[in-house]
Amino acid sequence: MTTVPAVSAERGTFAIRSENLCRYYRMGESLIRAVDGVSLEIGAGEFVALLGSSGSGKSSVLNLIAGLDRPTSGSVMVQDRDLAKLSREELAKYRLHVVGMVFQSFNLIASMTVAENVELPLRFAEVDRNRRQKLAHEALERVGLQARMNHRPSELSGGEQQRAALARALINRPQLLLADEPTGNLDSHTGSEIMDAVRDFNRELGMTVLMVTHERALAERYARRMIFLADGKLVDDRQNPPVDVRSGMQRGRP
Amino acid sequence: MKIPDLTELALRNLRESLLRNSLTTVGISVGVASLVAMLSLGIGLQQMASRRLVKSGLFDTIVVTSRRELRGMGREEERSGPTPGESRVLDEPVRAEIERMPNVAEAYPDIRFATELRFEDKPHLTMVSALPASAKTNDAFEGMQGSFFSSESAPEAILQKSFAEELLGKTPALGAAEPNVSELAKPLLGKELTMIYAQRAGNPPAAAASTTAEDLSGAAYSVVSREQKLKIVGVADLDPESMRGPTRAKVFLPLKLAESLHVMLPTDLREIARADSDQPVYSSISVRVKNPAQIQGVEDAIKKMGFSAFSILDASRGLRQFFAVLYAFLGIFGSLALMVASIGIVNTLVMAILERRREIGIMKAIGASDGDVKKLFFAEAGAMGVLGGIVGVALGWAIGQVINLGTNVYLRRQSLPPEHFWAVPWWLVGSAILFALVVSLVSGLYPAGRAARLDPVQALRYE
Repeated sequence: MTTVPAVSAERGTFAIRSENLCRYYRMGESLIRAVDGVSLEIGAGEFVALLGSSGSGKSSVLNLIAGLDRPTSGSVMVQDRDLAKLSREELAKYRLHVVGMVFQSFNLIASMTVAENVELPLRFAEVDRNRRQKLAHEALERVGLQARMNHRPSELSGGEQQRAALARALINRPQLLLADEPTGNLDSHTGSEIMDAVRDFNRELGMTVLMVTHERALAERYARRMIFLADGKLVDDRQNPPVDVRSGMQRGRP
Repeated sequence: MKIPDLTELALRNLRESLLRNSLTTVGISVGVASLVAMLSLGIGLQQMASRRLVKSGLFDTIVVTSRRELRGMGREEERSGPTPGESRVLDEPVRAEIERMPNVAEAYPDIRFATELRFEDKPHLTMVSALPASAKTNDAFEGMQGSFFSSESAPEAILQKSFAEELLGKTPALGAAEPNVSELAKPLLGKELTMIYAQRAGNPPAAAASTTAEDLSGAAYSVVSREQKLKIVGVADLDPESMRGPTRAKVFLPLKLAESLHVMLPTDLREIARADSDQPVYSSISVRVKNPAQIQGVEDAIKKMGFSAFSILDASRGLRQFFAVLYAFLGIFGSLALMVASIGIVNTLVMAILERRREIGIMKAIGASDGDVKKLFFAEAGAMGVLGGIVGVALGWAIGQVINLGTNVYLRRQSLPPEHFWAVPWWLVGSAILFALVVSLVSGLYPAGRAARLDPVQALRYE
């Protein structure tokens, strides 16, 4: 097990840096230490998998980085923003412009068509209608879903729904893609398709990807670095072995 | 989020749980309808009352008297200003001055005197009064037999019903059925009356030059007995005691004719010490304004000139106060239903938050701010309010029409003329919808705040 300092050689900057990050919950009498002193640094453009068993605190770390939750103590810095110090309004702007999120259960809004779901973040960004439709169309084209854009999520297969969610995460051109078990509800073949798309974003668009998963095989196949959590603590942080059965030839940036 | 986006999303969300939102909107509609119905009734009733008053010709009339009049109104405000002794006399130049004032339609002297009228050689003593041509539209002459004066100076007369009875010797016994006006008019119309009156003649030059009687120069005039033939052109069915002013007389003459007669008036004696010529001095002048709304301003201006002024507006103040109280009551009762409906909005939106918790979480995760979520819920509440308001106004209007129709059917059965006692003015339409919107937005305050404060992590965990 080798611990490698997470420095992005290409850019020399950290996309994400946390210091002694803690998030405790009070549940009745007991205190639950969901995240308990996690310090990590992730460079811009990295593809990192956050691994751990259920209840290890990996989703909590992701939520803290996504600005959906605030740390009990410690700090999270994302591109020189101290998330703990941002107001609720600033956090919303941060989520809107800096972060794209993908979830295990897709989280598309059932009452909207695929295209409307994809362009929803642009409504919050007050982008005008024509430009919104154009961008949504482009994003859906990128994930190969332009033919289904006027369908409701319930009319789509799981894989298609997750691709729509990816298009939505992509629409604001965020620097950071956070994925919470993105293949958890998909069969392995569809899961691979989704992961291929995520890797494309990482390579072609230069997005920093942080993916929470409990599937070690998936992490090994796609991520270049794996961080292991257990009981809210960082237990291992290692670079992925450079052997990749499927795309070993393409390892590294294009 | 931009307003069109908000509206679009809000309407979409309302369509999603169509039944519940429709029921809530119906609740608002019923509330607005009851408010509109109540207030339209109040407004309609007031308009009906005002219409009657305006038509009576009294609503736009100011009666001007000299402050020297001992039988002045003696109201509080008249104690200020010039003392009665310094007050000006009401003569022709004053009348002309008042008539030149802005918003004044006409100012005419109230000529009224008691005199003898001969009909078929029998003398009758009665009160005679002059009427301007504008009195033709007066409500009091509704149902008059014959016609109004052919001109302002025609030697014609209109009789009051009771005087017609007197002339015909048909004064009904107490409790007996009143004779019909048209029956009374038939034998009288076109007949001739002779009025015997005292004319005030010009003062002799000698008296005017007299230095010893300087102060009493105005008193130096003579009184001559005259006769004037009058043709009866109309018999009016009006109650002489029901109204103020010229209508209290029993015989009416055209104004110009009455002026040209220079009848000796009771005021001539009172003004003896003041009048410096043979200019007629009036006991009172009736001023008609162009619009009842301007009556207050004109009344104040006349008071500033140093005269007493009285208008029915003063009397109608009590009436207006009554209607203000009526409005308040009707409004409160009408609003109650809307208040109940607003609880429906709170309930619907709180339910919507529970149902759409996850959706709120998603929106926050992809970048919606607290404000965006709050605005969305506000927009939903507002949309329900506006929709409910529009439907409610239409419903209230329809209810009013039905009630109006029903009442008029009833009135017709009682052989009474139909009345329009229902009015939905545009301002009521606008303010009812606005009120519905405000009530909905206030109702949306709590749910919107609650939705905005929702913790996205917990909301996303919610299935």
